[in-house]
Amino acid sequence: MGIQDETADSIYTDLDEYAGVDDDRSEWSRFIARWRETFASQWRLLKQDTLVVFGIVTIAFFALVAVLAPYIAPHSPLERQYGDDGVLISQWHEPFWLGGEGGHILGTTAEGYDIFSQLVFGTRPALIVGFAAAVITATFGTMVALVAGYYGGRVDDVLMRLVDIAYGLPLLPTVILMVAYLGPSFFNVIIAVCLLQWRSSARVIRSQVLSLRERPFVQSARVAGASDWRIISRHIAPNVLPLTFLYAAFAIGWGILTEAGVSFLGLGDPSQVSWGTMLQSSHTYNAMSHGVWWWFVPPGICIALVVISGFLIGRGYEEITNPKLRRRN
Amino acid sequence: MSLLEVDDLRVHYETGEGPVKAVDGVSFSIDPGENVGIVGESGCGKTTLADAILGILEENGSVAGGEIRFDGQDITDMSASERRRLMWNEISMIPQSAMNALDPVYTVRDQIVEAIFAHETMSNNEADERVRDLFELVGLDPERADDYPHQFSGGMRQRAMIAMALALEPSLILADEPTTALDVIMQDQILKRISALQDEINSSMMIITHDVSVVAETCDRVVVMYAGKVAEEGPADTIFDRPYHPYTLGLQGAFPNIRKPDQDLVSIPGHPPELIEPPTGCRFVDRCPLATEDCRTSEPPEVRTDDLRTFCHHTDKIDGGFRSRAGDRDAWKETVAAMEIQR
Amino acid sequence: MSEQIEDGEPMLRVENLQKRFRVDDGIVNAITNRLRGDDPSYVHAVDGVSFDLQKGETLGLAGESGCGKTTTGMTLTKLYEPSGGSIRYEGRDITDLEGEDLQAFRRNVQMIFQDPFESLNPKRTIFDTLVEPLKIHDIGNQQKRVARALEFAGLTPPEQFFDQFPHELSGGQRQRVAIARALVLDPDFIVADEPVSMLDVSLRAGVLQLLERMNKEYNLSVVYISHDLSLLRHMCDKLAIMYLGRIVEYGRTEEIIESPKHPYTKALVNAVPVPDPTIKRTRVELAGEVGDAIEVPTGCRFKDRCDEHLGDVCDQVSPPLERKADITGDRLVGCHLFESAEGFDPEAELVKSRSGDGSPVAAESDD
Repeated sequence: MGIQDETADSIYTDLDEYAGVDDDRSEWSRFIARWRETFASQWRLLKQDTLVVFGIVTIAFFALVAVLAPYIAPHSPLERQYGDDGVLISQWHEPFWLGGEGGHILGTTAEGYDIFSQLVFGTRPALIVGFAAAVITATFGTMVALVAGYYGGRVDDVLMRLVDIAYGLPLLPTVILMVAYLGPSFFNVIIAVCLLQWRSSARVIRSQVLSLRERPFVQSARVAGASDWRIISRHIAPNVLPLTFLYAAFAIGWGILTEAGVSFLGLGDPSQVSWGTMLQSSHTYNAMSHGVWWWFVPPGICIALVVISGFLIGRGYEEITNPKLRRRN
Repeated sequence: MSLLEVDDLRVHYETGEGPVKAVDGVSFSIDPGENVGIVGESGCGKTTLADAILGILEENGSVAGGEIRFDGQDITDMSASERRRLMWNEISMIPQSAMNALDPVYTVRDQIVEAIFAHETMSNNEADERVRDLFELVGLDPERADDYPHQFSGGMRQRAMIAMALALEPSLILADEPTTALDVIMQDQILKRISALQDEINSSMMIITHDVSVVAETCDRVVVMYAGKVAEEGPADTIFDRPYHPYTLGLQGAFPNIRKPDQDLVSIPGHPPELIEPPTGCRFVDRCPLATEDCRTSEPPEVRTDDLRTFCHHTDKIDGGFRSRAGDRDAWKETVAAMEIQR
Repeated sequence: MSEQIEDGEPMLRVENLQKRFRVDDGIVNAITNRLRGDDPSYVHAVDGVSFDLQKGETLGLAGESGCGKTTTGMTLTKLYEPSGGSIRYEGRDITDLEGEDLQAFRRNVQMIFQDPFESLNPKRTIFDTLVEPLKIHDIGNQQKRVARALEFAGLTPPEQFFDQFPHELSGGQRQRVAIARALVLDPDFIVADEPVSMLDVSLRAGVLQLLERMNKEYNLSVVYISHDLSLLRHMCDKLAIMYLGRIVEYGRTEEIIESPKHPYTKALVNAVPVPDPTIKRTRVELAGEVGDAIEVPTGCRFKDRCDEHLGDVCDQVSPPLERKADITGDRLVGCHLFESAEGFDPEAELVKSRSGDGSPVAAESDD
C-alpha cells in the first residue's frame, strides 16, 4: 500500500483537498446505475410471481388499448348507429356472432351506441383515473410521510391528526358530496379519490420513516454533516420507495373502482363514456332483466380485470416490502 | 450408556441452488449429568444440530442421514406424537431469544403450569408447589410467580425460561446462546445458575454458543464445529489447554481475555466456505496456516490425542510448535485466504 | 475534576454533560398535562458526565445497557443536542454550534455503529456511501481519497468495491466499509459504538486491528462504547465506568481492571467471563436492577444494589467523581467509601441538608 511508510498524521497527506476537478467518476452514470439497480432488483422479485406478471401484462394491455383507442374502435363511442335499414337504432342489437345485424362486435346499446367502441374508449377514463390517483396519492402520501416521520414532534402530530381526520371520511358519501358541490366532472372524481387515498400511504410510510430515521446509516450521514434534505432525498426516500409503489398499485384499483362507482350512481362526467357510465345506462334500460348481457358483462369484466391487476401488483410489492411474506426457496 | 448419541448426522436444507449441507456427518455423545458446549461461528451448523435434535427443523430442512439416539432409541424416525411426548418431558430447551419467548398476556406461573399440565397429570397444588421449587432453583422470588412477563427484567425473564425448561425434570436441556443478548452482569448470573443447576439436579445440558468464555465457565466437554463438521472434541480443560485443531487455536486467540491484556488478538483470515458445494478435503484448508496439498485432496483423519478427538492432517505440527505460535498474528498470514486479501 | 489529570487543554473536554429526553406522549396529553399543571417527565439518560480526551488517546465507556454510554457517544458527535453542560473541542465550546460552525466541527468527528447490516444504506453503492461526506464538505480528489480509505480498511483492490452494494458484502467487509467511511474525512476522533459485537468471532480481531492501526499510526483518538470489558481492556488507554447516567470510576484501564475501587466496578469486572476453565472467578452478585432514569434516586445512584452501603450518607448525598486520598494513581472515583482528596466532606453535606430545608442534596463537586 505504501501508506505505512509515511510517518504523517494522515493517510491523505499527499492528496490536495482543494485539487481542481473534484471527481472523475461521473455523477450521472452512478445516478443511473443506482436507479437501474433499484428497479432491476424490484423487477427480479416481482417477476418471480406469475400472478404479478399477469397483473402487469393486463394493465399494460389496457394502457395500450387506451392509447390506440381511435384506431381500435370502429366507431366513436357517442356516435349513434344506423341499422341495416338505414334507420337510427333505438333498440339494442345483438353482437354479430349471435346473429345481430350491423356487424357490431359486441352489439349496440338501447340508444344505438356501439358497445365495443364504448368499451375501448372507456379504458381511457378508467386508466387516467387509476394512474392519476396512483401518482398523486402515492406522491402526496409519501411526502407527508417523509416530512412527518423525519421531523417528528409537533409537525408529525399535526400531520397525523390530519390523517386521522381523513380516515374519518367515508369514501362514497364524500365523493358524492364533492361531485355534487363541484359539479360532475372527471377531474373532480380524481381529486375526490386522492383526497381519500393519501391517508393510508401517509400513515404506513411515516412509520417506516420513523424507523429509518434512527437507523445507523442515517445517523452516519448526519454525523458526516448531511443536510435534512440530503438525508430525506438520498437516504430515506429511496428506502420507502417499494412502499410508495405498493400504495400506488393499490390506488390504481381503488381509483378505478371509485370512478366506476361514482359513474354508476350518475355522478360521473356526462360527456365522457366510461365503464361506469356504461353500467349505469345498462341499468337504466333494465338490460339485466331483458337478458342483454353483452351490454353490462364486458365493462364489468374490464373493471374487475384492471382492479384485480392493480391489487396483484400491490401484493407483489407487499412481498418486497415485507420479506416474511416471501416464499422460501 | 450415553444419554444422547449423535451418530454421523447429516442435515440438509433444500434451496433453489441445491441442498445446503448444514450438518455433515457429526458424531458426539452426551453422558448423564454432563454439560457439553457446541462452539463455532455462525453458519457452522450448531443451531441446525440443535433443531434436528429437537425435531424443529425449518420446512426445507431434513435429516438426510445418521441417527440421533436418546436413551438408546433413534429419535429421527419417531412419529410426531412419540416425539412430542419425548419433548419437554425428556428434552427441553432454552430458546435463543428467551427474553421474548414468554407470552405477554399470561402470568409466568400460568405459562409454567400450562407446560406441566400438557405433559403430566397432577393437582393444582402440586403444580404450584413445583413452580415454587423451580423459582427457587433458578434464583427467582416465588412470590413473583403471578407477575406478568413485562414486570420482569430481561435477566429474570431468562431465568423464568430456564425454570420452564426444567419444569418436567427433563434429562437433557438444550440452550441456544443462553446469554448472548444479556448484559455482563445478567450474563454472569445466568452462567452461575447454569453451573449451579448441574450440581443441584442431575440433568445434562447442551449449550450452543459462539462465546468461548461461556463454554469455559459452564461446560465439562466441548465440541468445536466448523462448516457443518466436528473439528475437535474433548474435555473442556484439555480443549482450552492443549487443543490440536488449528481452528480451535484461532478461535481462542480471537477472544480477548480480560486476564491477559497483552495477548495479540488473532483474526482467522477469510470466511467459512459455502455449504452448497463445500471444498473436498479439509473444510478449513483456505484459512489454515498449516494447510498442505493433502488437506485439499483428502478428508482429515480422526486423530485421538490425549483425550481429544481431532480431525486434522497436521496434529504433529501443532505439537511441533504451532500451538505456541498460534496466538501470534503473523502465524495466520501465510494462509490462502490471507494471501488473497493481500492480492 | 478530570482536567487535573493532565496539564494543558485536551483535544476534547466534556464537562457536566447532560442529556434528557422528554417522555413524549403526544400533543393532546401534553396540553392536558399543562392544563393540569403537571411537569413533563424526563428520562435522564446522561446526567453530569465529565472527562477529557487527549489527541491519540483511546477511552472506553463501559456499563450495562441503559447506563447512558451510547447517549454520551451520540451527544459527543452532536447527533443529540446536549441538555446541559459543555463540550469543548480544541479549546472551543461546541455545545451549541449551528450552521457553518457545526459543519466545520463535523469534519473532525465520525461515528462507527454496532450493526454492519444497518449502518450502510442498502440502496447506495459503496462509492456513493464513501464519497458522500466528501461531497458534503466539498473536498477534492474524491476518487483517490475513497480508494485510499478503502485500501486502509483492508478492502483491496478498492476499485473492485466501488460499484458494489452492501448486500453483496459480508458482515466483516461491511464493517470495514463503515470504518472507511469514518476515515474518509480524516477526522480527529471517532466514536465507536460496540464496533465488533455483531461480527463473527473470527472476524472481530481483524476489525479491531484496523481500529488499533488508526489510533497508533495516525494518532486518531477513539471513544469506544462497549459492555465488553475484555475488549475495552485490549483497546483502551483509559476507562470510564458508567452507571445510571454518571461516571462512577475513571482512570487508566489496567489500574481499573486490576484493582477496581467502586463497588459497581468491582461487580462489573468480576462478572466478565474468562475463556479459561482453570481460572475461577470470585463472583459479586448484584441484587436488584438498574434504577429508574426518570425518577432518579437521591444520594448515590448505586445505593440499592451496593453491598458496602454506609447508611444516610449514601442515601442522601450524591458522591462526586473525584480524586480520593486513599487511592493512588490517576483515578477518579465517585463513592463515599473513600476519603476525598479534594476536601469534599459528605458528612458535612448531610448535616447541611438536615439543618437546611431538609431537601436531599444533589451535590456536585465544585473545583
